[in-house]
Amino acid sequence: MAIDPHTNSIETTVNKSTVTLESPLNLACGVVLAKYELAFETYGTLNHDRSNSILICHALSGDQHAAGLDKNGKAGWWDHYIGPGKPIDTNHFFVVCPNNIGSCFGSTGPKTTNLDTGKPWGANFPSLEVSDWVESQKQLMDYLKIDCWSAVIGGSLGGMQAMHWAVAHPQKLKHAVVIAAALKLSAQNIAFNEIARRAIQSDINFKQGNFLEHQTSPTKGLALARMIGHLTYLSDDALGQKFGRLVRSGDLDSAEKELVQFEVSSYLNYQGDKFATRFDANSYILITKMLDYFDLAQHYEDNPVEAFKQAQCKFLVVAFSSDWRFSPPCSEEITDAIVSADKDVAYLRIESDQGHDAFLLPNEHYEKGLGQYLQRVAQAISGASL
Amino acid sequence: MIDANRVIGHWINPQSRILDLGCGDGTLLRELTNLHGIHGYGLEIDPESINQCVANGINVIQQDLNAGLANFADNSFDTVLMTQTLQTLRYPHLVLDEMLRIGRQCIVTFPNFGHWRTRGFLAFKGRMPVTKQLSYQWYDTPNIHFFTYKDFEALCAEREISIVDRTFIGGRASDLSLDKIWPNLFAHTAVYHLAR
Repeated sequence: MAIDPHTNSIETTVNKSTVTLESPLNLACGVVLAKYELAFETYGTLNHDRSNSILICHALSGDQHAAGLDKNGKAGWWDHYIGPGKPIDTNHFFVVCPNNIGSCFGSTGPKTTNLDTGKPWGANFPSLEVSDWVESQKQLMDYLKIDCWSAVIGGSLGGMQAMHWAVAHPQKLKHAVVIAAALKLSAQNIAFNEIARRAIQSDINFKQGNFLEHQTSPTKGLALARMIGHLTYLSDDALGQKFGRLVRSGDLDSAEKELVQFEVSSYLNYQGDKFATRFDANSYILITKMLDYFDLAQHYEDNPVEAFKQAQCKFLVVAFSSDWRFSPPCSEEITDAIVSADKDVAYLRIESDQGHDAFLLPNEHYEKGLGQYLQRVAQAISGASL
Repeated sequence: MIDANRVIGHWINPQSRILDLGCGDGTLLRELTNLHGIHGYGLEIDPESINQCVANGINVIQQDLNAGLANFADNSFDTVLMTQTLQTLRYPHLVLDEMLRIGRQCIVTFPNFGHWRTRGFLAFKGRMPVTKQLSYQWYDTPNIHFFTYKDFEALCAEREISIVDRTFIGGRASDLSLDKIWPNLFAHTAVYHLAR
């Protein structure tokens, strides 16, 4: 890897890799993955003492393409926040974003071949927990010969990984940035996930999860699951402002109302269909269950304060005012537990009408807060390397 | 001239756990951390001030004091501080009670409305006072309660809050010790050390 911390590029250079990790991964469910593949991207340059690395943890439907443009010119899912001069500044940091196991963008998951059977894993892919993702990221860290992340950053399910890192590997990170996350899901959140899974399982092409063998795909069910999910990531206000009661086709004043299609309907259908072509139905089921199972304090007598007492890092916690899937009170619960554990934390409640999706979208106050926090992290690194 | 932050520095214990309600840009917490090695957290609501805290590496938590402090456990801090904020709260007396529940001791500073300048404004100009400590016009001021140090002490007596110590700060009047002799006339800022 090139080593020049003074490179100031304008474009984000994307380095794509896939690594086969041969150290066995002991999953929480008891299954051992003897070897597995992780696809990942990196941005920026690793410094001499390998101390400027940041791990980005993706959420439910995320992938390794977090920043820059891919070969088709598509920008990464967090491109607004990662890159030269951006809040996660690749002029200072070496940023690593893996696609996590169980997902479907090149890392081992339900779509890949089970070496024992020679068939796709499909529905037989072992059940996963957030701790499994963290352990696989830890093996990637060892492979990259990084001893300590300067920060682990994630939104939503990504924030859960950042918290788990802090508690499970206290020596391995200096900062955890936990955005729009929760200590555990609420009943309403689990219920939304269950509806999504039921939608997929009800598709005639699901075939108990073995649709790949039948050379088909439950795209209708998966699209429906995504439509439900997508809707819950937006706020009433954001939808109202974007679509209101705008009509795409047909005429509300005519007698033939059945020909009317609202803009919001067309938008949601499009989002669902687009998602169904890029995502794997088994991955969706697997990863929504990971969200349901997550409970940071589970092994700490259900006391998040005890969990956070393990941590050695500093925390930045961020919530968005109109997010009702992972609402500000969820982030405030995290913050209160960190304060009670006597650990350092800053908590920002960002005003936004964009719902849960706000963590991916431009927002001046959010950009400033995250950028200033990480600027201090960068200063501490350059101070230590002098 | 005495500086309120120096007085506060004398009243807190080194290395103690401190909560600052309405911490602004975090200057006081940073000073106490550098000088006394405290472990501090600040609550603030203004996004600009919060950003400055983040830039300064202060533990800042975005929280509205008027929405309550129920998220903090009893006796979870050694000292709870509040500087020049009491007069902006909807229910100052309830926040004082909460401060004494959360902290083993409290330190409060506030502008003394009995100061001769504010009295003069009202008495001679017939206008609501606009001074260095109370620098807003009446229609857009965050300061919604005006009280003198005597009012404050009456409230403490009523709510059985014990005054451990107090200091008055009076600008140039301090040089002549006038703020010691007639604090209600010459102190523009009052600093109180409270306990239950």
